Amino acid sequence: MIVAERKPLEDIKEMIAGYKKILIVGCGTCVTICWAGGEKEVAVLSSQLRLASKKNGNELEILEDTIERQCEKELVEALKDKVQQVEAVLSMGCGAGVQTIAEIFPDTPVYPALNTKFVGMPEGEGIWVETCRACGDCFLDKTGGICPIVRCAKGLLNGPCGGTNSGKCEVDPEKDCAWTLIYRRLEQQGRLDTMRKYYPPRNFQAVIRPGKVETLQA
Amino acid sequence: MKAKEAFLPDIIAFCCAQSAYQAADTAGSMRIPYPENIRVIRVPCAGRVDVLHILRAFEKGADGVLVLGCHEEACRHLSGNIRAKNRVQKLNTLLQEVGIDGERVEIFTLAPNQGFRFARIANEINERIKELGPSPVK
Amino acid sequence: MATAFKETLNSGKFVVTGEIGPPKGTNLEKTILHIDLLKDKVDALNVTDNQSSVMRFPSLGTALLIKERGGEPILQMTCRDRNRMALEADLLFAYTRGIRNVLCLTGDSITVGDHKEAKAVFDLDSAQLLHMVRILESGKDLGENELDGAVKFCAGAIVTPEANPIEPQLIKFEKKVQAGAEFFQTQAIYDLDNFKKFMEYVRGLDKNIKILAGIVLLASARMAKYMNESVPGVFVPQALIDEMATAEKGKGVQKGIEIASRLIKQLKEEAICDGVHVMAIGREEVVPDILAASGL
Repeated sequence: MIVAERKPLEDIKEMIAGYKKILIVGCGTCVTICWAGGEKEVAVLSSQLRLASKKNGNELEILEDTIERQCEKELVEALKDKVQQVEAVLSMGCGAGVQTIAEIFPDTPVYPALNTKFVGMPEGEGIWVETCRACGDCFLDKTGGICPIVRCAKGLLNGPCGGTNSGKCEVDPEKDCAWTLIYRRLEQQGRLDTMRKYYPPRNFQAVIRPGKVETLQA
Repeated sequence: MKAKEAFLPDIIAFCCAQSAYQAADTAGSMRIPYPENIRVIRVPCAGRVDVLHILRAFEKGADGVLVLGCHEEACRHLSGNIRAKNRVQKLNTLLQEVGIDGERVEIFTLAPNQGFRFARIANEINERIKELGPSPVK
Repeated sequence: MATAFKETLNSGKFVVTGEIGPPKGTNLEKTILHIDLLKDKVDALNVTDNQSSVMRFPSLGTALLIKERGGEPILQMTCRDRNRMALEADLLFAYTRGIRNVLCLTGDSITVGDHKEAKAVFDLDSAQLLHMVRILESGKDLGENELDGAVKFCAGAIVTPEANPIEPQLIKFEKKVQAGAEFFQTQAIYDLDNFKKFMEYVRGLDKNIKILAGIVLLASARMAKYMNESVPGVFVPQALIDEMATAEKGKGVQKGIEIASRLIKQLKEEAICDGVHVMAIGREEVVPDILAASGL
């Protein structure tokens, strides 16, 4: 899932400074799960912005809505009535959501309330970690399911490097050395031969950015 | 000086039905004085109190908010009081962001028979909010 | 003119290499002093490449300087700051200017250095860089294009014999050997018993690989402790830390020289490995003393 984090309130206030009526849109998928931009977070942000406005003596009316997914044109189109009533939209979706809304309603300024961070998963309650870099050339078959592009600070395909320190990365003693993890996993599965193979330089243009995929459904 | 003395804080006290609400009752029946401007709202568990309830209380003009629940280990719903504690902690950050002093909200634990403790907490918070003055977003 | 390093490596003599750390700026006064001091006392001089991710005068430039002054340089190349094209281009240039030795490294992370917001490249890793050298030697580049005029290098890499856990490090070591590394300089060694075990493994793998043991000068007991606790893959036995502590105030470096020369003597007399790589970072002036004390 996509993991995002709400921007500091000061930044959001600056974005919507001067507007008197806005719509805050939440997204019911990834950002709901990582507690960044779901219905609840929309309500909390609205409340905070109203409090902040009151404090500064400004008037601010906020409409709220949360749609299932902001990255879907049809779902975003359903916001039409509310968007027509406001001067600006504050999206609590990921970057893809913000841009979809911006494209469907090009006359209305659309602002991002979140910083989209990465593709990842929950490690514990309230803790999400990056696990996939969307590099377009998945290497996980060779590393027992541990991604060196994300988890190795240097993104090595032939690890470890000389800085590995008792299973921890030289960059951060709290961070595991991905290649030590990969070694242990492959050893556990009796697949160390996979690690002994030499891997040639990575194709950094596997996905020509901005990426595009076109297929026919089976 | 005069303005401060005249300021009667609007304080909302979310009281857990299993403990704090009964303590408030006890205080009442034993005639232990506590400020009349504390408004008691009964909730089934401190864990039922949402950050939104508290944020909206400030939107509606509250100067302070109390969340009162059972002592740790004593929650009838097992961890409602722990959740409430975490929420109040999160709330502090949300309030700081808006420029509202975190001291305006606090969570306390007590047992159903602690009428004196209820009154003491109520008085303490009342004095604190009087010092802090009216909410900046009133 | 200095003897080609490759020749020296294969001559059977106990090889000694030193290191030059370029300056942070364009003032090459000290650098030239160090080069002149060491060029005739060692078989080759490494030049570091933005070592510890601290931006410095380039290793390629310093290697040229060594060549100009009659020394034999070993060009260190890391993968942190340059992509494959830049690395290839640098090697083409280096070859035309008579630089024949290259040490292939992955490179320290950006975060440990002094440009903490820079983009780290790491287009290649050290094993891929070694392969790249051999591909260039075959007359092609990594884009599979024919080269008009090829190169030839004596290529080496590094290894950390005391890495913990050791197995992943050895897998990487073997990859570097297969990629064509002719010599290895090791991370600092202080425990020869452990090192002997490592050398047994290397000799069992391939008798032709040349291993130069890393000798890092200790300057104080505190430095010895720090190296033991904080530098990955470095193990300083308590006995040596204690020995450093016996040094009189201000005589730490002398003690360090004693210990270094003792290690070097033992490595040479017992033919444990093929040579040493002496590092006295910031104290290049005492390297001749270390060598003299070691009888080299």
